[in-house]
Amino acid sequence: MRSAAAIATYALRESMRRRVFVVVLVLTVAFLALYGVATEAAFDTIDSEAIGEGALIDDKVLTGSTLLGLAMFTTLFLGCVLAVFLTLGAVRGDAERGLLQPLVVRPVGRTALLGGRFAAAAGVCSLYVAAMYAAATVITGLAGGWWPDDPVSPGVGLVAAVVVIAALSLLGSIFLSATANGIAVFMVFGAGLAAGLLGQIGDALSVDTLETVAQVASWLLPFEALYQAGLDSLTKDVRGATGVIVQLGPFGGAQEGGAGLWLWSAGYLALVAAGARLAFARRDL
Amino acid sequence: MEATFACEGLTKRYGHTVALAGVDLDVDPGELVGLLGPNGAGKSTLVKVACGLVRPSAGTALVAGQPAGSAAARASIGYLAELFRFPDWLRARELLDLHQRLAGSNDGVTERGELLELVGLADAADTRVDAMSKGMQQRLGIAQALVGSPRLLMLDEPTSALDPVGRRIVRDLLLELKRRGVAVLLNSHLLSEVERVCDRVAILVDGRIVARGSPAELATPRGVEVELESGVRSYPDAGRDQVPEIVAGLVAAGEQVYGVHVRSSTLEETYLEAVAGAGT
Repeated sequence: MRSAAAIATYALRESMRRRVFVVVLVLTVAFLALYGVATEAAFDTIDSEAIGEGALIDDKVLTGSTLLGLAMFTTLFLGCVLAVFLTLGAVRGDAERGLLQPLVVRPVGRTALLGGRFAAAAGVCSLYVAAMYAAATVITGLAGGWWPDDPVSPGVGLVAAVVVIAALSLLGSIFLSATANGIAVFMVFGAGLAAGLLGQIGDALSVDTLETVAQVASWLLPFEALYQAGLDSLTKDVRGATGVIVQLGPFGGAQEGGAGLWLWSAGYLALVAAGARLAFARRDL
Repeated sequence: MEATFACEGLTKRYGHTVALAGVDLDVDPGELVGLLGPNGAGKSTLVKVACGLVRPSAGTALVAGQPAGSAAARASIGYLAELFRFPDWLRARELLDLHQRLAGSNDGVTERGELLELVGLADAADTRVDAMSKGMQQRLGIAQALVGSPRLLMLDEPTSALDPVGRRIVRDLLLELKRRGVAVLLNSHLLSEVERVCDRVAILVDGRIVARGSPAELATPRGVEVELESGVRSYPDAGRDQVPEIVAGLVAAGEQVYGVHVRSSTLEETYLEAVAGAGT
């Protein structure tokens, strides 16, 4: 445990020293500022064009949930970028550069080394997406007076999604060089989002095959399902025509998750961890 | 006395390539053993197996009586790889601090100061790795390998980037470690260094040890040369044991003897012969 903590501290210190967090902070502030301006403008527009009571669609709900859904997608994407860059060369990449061997020779143990790297990456990414989602929610609420029906679950879903991505990237780093792993994880991320989109199309057009493909992809890549469940929680109490429209989130429709999703996600992480542990233990360095 | 490092029938295959083909080798406490061989002979693989970085295909390897690769074995090892690299953003003292934490060493600032002093980097404690020359990094690597007072030090080409002063520092350091009872396995292509500091040498070719012994044992006699007033007289078939007889004969014959040299092959010559012999 002490060794894993030392590795996690080492990984975090590297990110600090290389100014990774400064870059991320500056770009995030820039995004949130733009998001604030856009949100303000969007709500101003619907206020001036208000249809009034009795309209079929609640434009405030539609605008707020669509904007926050987009912010969630951006948060997930940036969290994914962070997770990948913090882990992409953790094993094979560092071994090829001669950085890993001096650490592995120590009695720290390979499992503790992986655990430390995972804890550092997952911790940073979790804090990041939680903070960014919270900021976007507050901006949306202050700008337009609209708040999600369940403000906590979407954030938790995003956190869980980036934790899964960090775990996959760390697993990939055992087999692939840093560049190949980065490409692979981003392609997997894109595949998950594309599957969500296919499911949305399948749902709209009532094509069972597309829906099945999307469901299988969600099981194989649960970060997508966690993101969809988060989207669903934003407007879970909205009914009527507005409810139907806001379920169609960007890059993947909102889908209710349920306890099964969380159980499967926990089991999935355990499987990835076991696979990574086994593969790293057998790897010659 | 239990060997600090012992391997028996050690074999490592990478697919169809055999890197180690049944190596037997011991390193006793306080013993300096040089591992020589051409590139690709299996020297680094042997060291990596001992360090637990590579799993053997067959055979056994023990470090301080524990299976190589186990946590207990790794706790007894200090290692400097041939193609080592340290994070360029770390300062020298931070690197040692990290390794102290991983090795479970509680000697803190005192140990860091002593190690940097030992390798001649006392003034570079706050220097970042990326601001160090390759030679300084290599000396820092040796200090890193000594964190936690290991019983077995595995050094893979530790002087390849060092200037003569740096080599002298490392040579003195190795002799000091030997005095303290640390066992050292030294991979090097610098045969003169190995000849100077190592108690025993093993020459590895194609994954097999083709010659072993002390540098003196490995050397082959090249005769005796005697300096006389009339010049140098050679006795090509004589050895050290015949020197008193030769000198007595010359003196009895009225010659003035100014010096006697027992000639033997250098380690380099022995090495070249062993490698060539293994190749035929």
